[in-house]
Amino acid sequence: MILVRGLTKRFGQTTVLDGIDLEIADGERVVVIGPSGTGKSTLLRCLNFLDRPDAGTISVGDVTVDAARATRRQILALRRATSFVFQNYALFANKTAKQNIMEALVTVRGRPSEEAARQALDVLAETGLADKADSYPAALSGGQQQRVGIGRAMAIGADLMLFDEPTSALDPEWVGEVLDLMRRVAEQRQTMLIVTHEMQFAREIADRVLFMDGGRIVEAGPPRDVLDAPRDERLKRFLRRVT
Amino acid sequence: MRPLDLDYMLGLVPVILGYVPLTLFMAAVAMVCALVLASLLAVERVIRVPGLDWLVMLFISFFRGTPLLVQLFLFYYGLPQVLSFLAQINGVTAAIMGLTLHFSAYMAEAIRAAITGVDRSQWEAAQSIGMTQGQMMRRIVLPQAGRIAAPTLVNYFIDMIKGTSLAFTLGVTEMMGATQKEASGSFLYFEAFLVVAILYWIIVETLNQGQKRLEIYLNKAYAR
Ligand SMILES: Nc1ncnc2c1ncn2[C@@H]1O[C@H](COP(=O)(O)OP(=O)(O)OP(=O)(O)O)[C@@H](O)[C@H]1O
Ligand SMILES: [Mg+2]
Repeated sequence: MILVRGLTKRFGQTTVLDGIDLEIADGERVVVIGPSGTGKSTLLRCLNFLDRPDAGTISVGDVTVDAARATRRQILALRRATSFVFQNYALFANKTAKQNIMEALVTVRGRPSEEAARQALDVLAETGLADKADSYPAALSGGQQQRVGIGRAMAIGADLMLFDEPTSALDPEWVGEVLDLMRRVAEQRQTMLIVTHEMQFAREIADRVLFMDGGRIVEAGPPRDVLDAPRDERLKRFLRRVT
Repeated sequence: MRPLDLDYMLGLVPVILGYVPLTLFMAAVAMVCALVLASLLAVERVIRVPGLDWLVMLFISFFRGTPLLVQLFLFYYGLPQVLSFLAQINGVTAAIMGLTLHFSAYMAEAIRAAITGVDRSQWEAAQSIGMTQGQMMRRIVLPQAGRIAAPTLVNYFIDMIKGTSLAFTLGVTEMMGATQKEASGSFLYFEAFLVVAILYWIIVETLNQGQKRLEIYLNKAYAR
């Protein structure tokens, strides 16, 4: 169970997250949509403490962090309970595909490296990249890199997986394979919070869709309500533009 | 103009070669120590530990701002007079210490610039999986910065090898010291110093070749 209360983030004078309240049940898949600059990335980054929130509390699994007085230890615990898939993949450039996945297991979880290597190979097989285990990111296509990126986030076994527009930087030809992999992750009832502009995909896998505007969640509900029967004017305008 | 005494020169080569290991030893030890120290200084400069930052800046400024020879004299002849536990320090140790401190200041700046050159997304990816600052630096940022800084660091290593010749002013008989002794016995200064110059040159050129291979090796991961 993920519980967010009053999450607030300012950059200078601008309030980017304006007291976000959010509950996500275990195994729930939540998609976040909204116009550019409304704080979708910032929400995900604050949940992972890549951006430090100014106020609010975040509970993930058995980790609870009060943003105003988060200790270094709490921040690490929160990050270990969440995992992040980046828009630009952000694979470790000095590590192979396999090492990218092992890194979190060995360095962060302290697993023995043989066991971690086996697990990394399992994950790579799941992402369809078993033959790329020893390739460096520079030698992989965008789609392959993002699948490794998702594999890295899967391997951590996080309570919550965060995806920030995982297909936006991809050439159209690679989008399908990445969405397929995300579908498979979703089928395992992994708790996911996904920012995406892929409306069809959202309709398919989301248990709930959140529409964000101006640093707040303006409308929330199952896809058939939010996407097919929107009530808020801004959401209607947004949906006309993207579909 | 008198002709060069080639026989003397040839005979001198093996004598001076015998001191190459000491020269390389001093340079290698100083390089390893300087790399460690410079990495620590560079990381500090990037993350700016309050209370430590000014000290690091002072250190870098001093060791870049004063001549290596002055620093060596300060360590070897000066410091033992005020710090009695240094009274037993020998020339080799003092030279290694001096080279380490001097070059770590330069290398810290090179590494700091290289760290800044590592893409921000690499830091965030490391943080996102829950690495500590130290793990992120050691496993992700510094290795990538090392590749960026490698050509500059090899150049400093070359400067360091040449810098070891100053150890002879601390009474160490390394390549330069040995040549000096030989020359003052034979009075064939030109021949003697020409031989040692050529030997340094060969060492440095060998390293330059090594650097090219190192770059190929380091770029392996980044090749498409
Ligand atoms: N590091 C930062 N410093 C200052 N302002 C920032 C910073 N990061 C984000 N912002 C601002 O915060 C606001 C929200 O940004 P955010 O990236 O969260 O939006 P988004 O909803 O993800 O947009 P997009 O759909 O374009 O990705 C924007 O106005 C942005 O300019
Ligand atoms: Mg964004």
